[in-house]
Amino acid sequence: MTLLKKLASAAVALGVATSAMAQDTTKVGFIYVGPVGDGGWTYEHDQGRLAVEEHFGDKVETVFQESVKEGPEAERAIRNMALDGADLIFTTSFGFMEPTLAVAKQFPDVKFEHATGFKTLPNVSTYSARFYEGRAVQGHIAAKMTESNIIGYIASYPIPEVIRGINAAYIHARKVNPDVEFKIIWAYTWFDPPKEADAATALIEQGADVILQHTDSTAPQAAAEKAGGVITFGQASDMAEYKPLPRVSSIIDDWAPYYIDRTQAVMDGTWETKQTWDGIGPGMVKIGEITDAVPAEVKAEALALKEAMANGDYHPFTGPLKKQDGSDWLAEGETADDGTLLGMNFYVEGLTGEIPN
Amino acid sequence: MDFGSINPVLLLASLMVAATPILIAALGELVVERTGVLNLGVEGMMITGAICGFATAVNTGSPLIGFIAAAVGGAGLSLLFAFLTQVALANQVASGLGLTLFGLGLSALLGQGYQGIKPPPTGKLDIPLLADIPVLGPILFNHDIMVYAGLALCAAVWAVLKYTRAGLILRAVGENHDAAHALGYKVVRVRMLAIMFGGACAGLGGAYISLIRVPQWTEGMTAGAGWIALALVVFASWKAGRVLLGAWLFGGITVLQLNLQAAGAQLPIPALGWAVILGLAIYGVAKAATKSPMTTKQLWTLGTLFTASLAFALLTQGIRVPFKVEYLSMSPYLITILVLVIMSADKSRAPASLGRIFHASQ
Repeated sequence: MTLLKKLASAAVALGVATSAMAQDTTKVGFIYVGPVGDGGWTYEHDQGRLAVEEHFGDKVETVFQESVKEGPEAERAIRNMALDGADLIFTTSFGFMEPTLAVAKQFPDVKFEHATGFKTLPNVSTYSARFYEGRAVQGHIAAKMTESNIIGYIASYPIPEVIRGINAAYIHARKVNPDVEFKIIWAYTWFDPPKEADAATALIEQGADVILQHTDSTAPQAAAEKAGGVITFGQASDMAEYKPLPRVSSIIDDWAPYYIDRTQAVMDGTWETKQTWDGIGPGMVKIGEITDAVPAEVKAEALALKEAMANGDYHPFTGPLKKQDGSDWLAEGETADDGTLLGMNFYVEGLTGEIPN
Repeated sequence: MDFGSINPVLLLASLMVAATPILIAALGELVVERTGVLNLGVEGMMITGAICGFATAVNTGSPLIGFIAAAVGGAGLSLLFAFLTQVALANQVASGLGLTLFGLGLSALLGQGYQGIKPPPTGKLDIPLLADIPVLGPILFNHDIMVYAGLALCAAVWAVLKYTRAGLILRAVGENHDAAHALGYKVVRVRMLAIMFGGACAGLGGAYISLIRVPQWTEGMTAGAGWIALALVVFASWKAGRVLLGAWLFGGITVLQLNLQAAGAQLPIPALGWAVILGLAIYGVAKAATKSPMTTKQLWTLGTLFTASLAFALLTQGIRVPFKVEYLSMSPYLITILVLVIMSADKSRAPASLGRIFHASQ
């Protein structure tokens, strides 16, 4: 009975989905891994959603579901959204990859966009930002600012995107300060404020005076502020509430232009599957204001580095670079290709510890 | 063991802080469950307490008033559950889950505009003289008042349940509500009060996260602490002392594993052998204390185990391997469950009326 019902509603939904093309409103759905009020990653995606609403007005209807756990729950959430007649669904976390593909196969007429993944289908595109360009700037500032020469890094899950960030930050930290050391904690979560705060505190207690984070909440900022004498960087969002200290700069993700662009494509019927990976140049990654807590010359160097990456003069992964085990990776002047970067599963030389599987 | 740059004093001090929110919430839930009511809404009440306490503390400038508001907020929300399950006789599991969802949504609504605001700092209660004792001072006597409140609450719950008439009535209601009713005890009233107590405790635990541990407001910031508290009550066999042990284990190992990761610490293999020997020694002393003689077979088993462990420890002298991060991450859950399950091998069991609906006419 329930199966029949499901099939029936699926058929109806498909009918609605296709007929919606003919109608004026396009329904755009968003699946978020955290709450919209996390002040970081999900917050910026929701800003993108609001930008879509503002840009298209009555022509679009947006829906979202927040705090969706990665795994089976995600598949259910995405399927419900497709059943409710969404024409375009953005799934905004790496762990939504398989659920997105599974639902996409059942709804060939609905378009799906998966953030930070690497698998596509005729109706599934992927998009991501070159956050590692921002990490390079962070690494530079961090190594110039640290007095203990210990930089703490709160990593989330051992996936290429996170490892890329650690490597990019480390390479550029070492460049300006050869004595710098990275202490890395794998939190195994995207969003868990108490745990993120504990991780930051543990790093600070072990001598770190700079905290970089790849988790989504502002809890590490609060922990750093409480400890005092520690600097941090906004992650995914500006986290401006913690200016000028501890937050001295930030990486901001700007999804709005992409979301508007793709929604337009669905409206025009020109949507095609593609893999987008944009950085500072096209504006998908922005560097938040560098506060006065950073000396003027360091700020100038950081901005010059950002500029060089924006206009393509400089690639953050430029040889000579070796892997952690000492083997050669990039020769002098050689830059990393996107394929290697997308699948990055190794540390560069100098980092200690091993990457969990 | 190579702790590297880990400072054990700071670590033990952080343990007390990390354990407090789940300890307070779990004690509240323990009382609720001892009256035979299963309230799965701990997470919802915690997060509501977190925002009620945070908003009040920010607006009044007093963390103490914030904590009171958190308790009131949590208890207020639990009244909804109390009404549904005790008056309307709704299913407790469904009502509890509903309460969690409702609490998460309500807190997100109440929290609009409180993101990025800093709460007034809660002062540390430096106990004079005691706080100056080296090592012990920072670990035990240099905390905020809520840490001590949690410990006091634990002692109070234990004593009241074990030694007082009120505790006896409460347990009677939980074990057999029909019999308690026949004796003239007000089953529904006892349960209502217990549910409100549980709500107030959950609210306090939530406010501890938003006012002291993190300190800030973020939607969904309790991130499952309520569920941990719930699980703790079950694994602790509904005993206050074991809840404390469980909370310390969970909080302590959580903090320890983060520190081990940051320090890049290595596991000395011989330590495993020494740990077994230590366990055997404790077991032996416990056995001797009960004066129950061991059989020859038991003695042989213990002797073999001892020799094997000693040989293992000596043979592996100096061998170290890096901790695997994935195992470290699961260790708080694994070790807490393991220890409490082994301890619950005695005759502990759930209150007999747990989760059953009571109506005087039936």
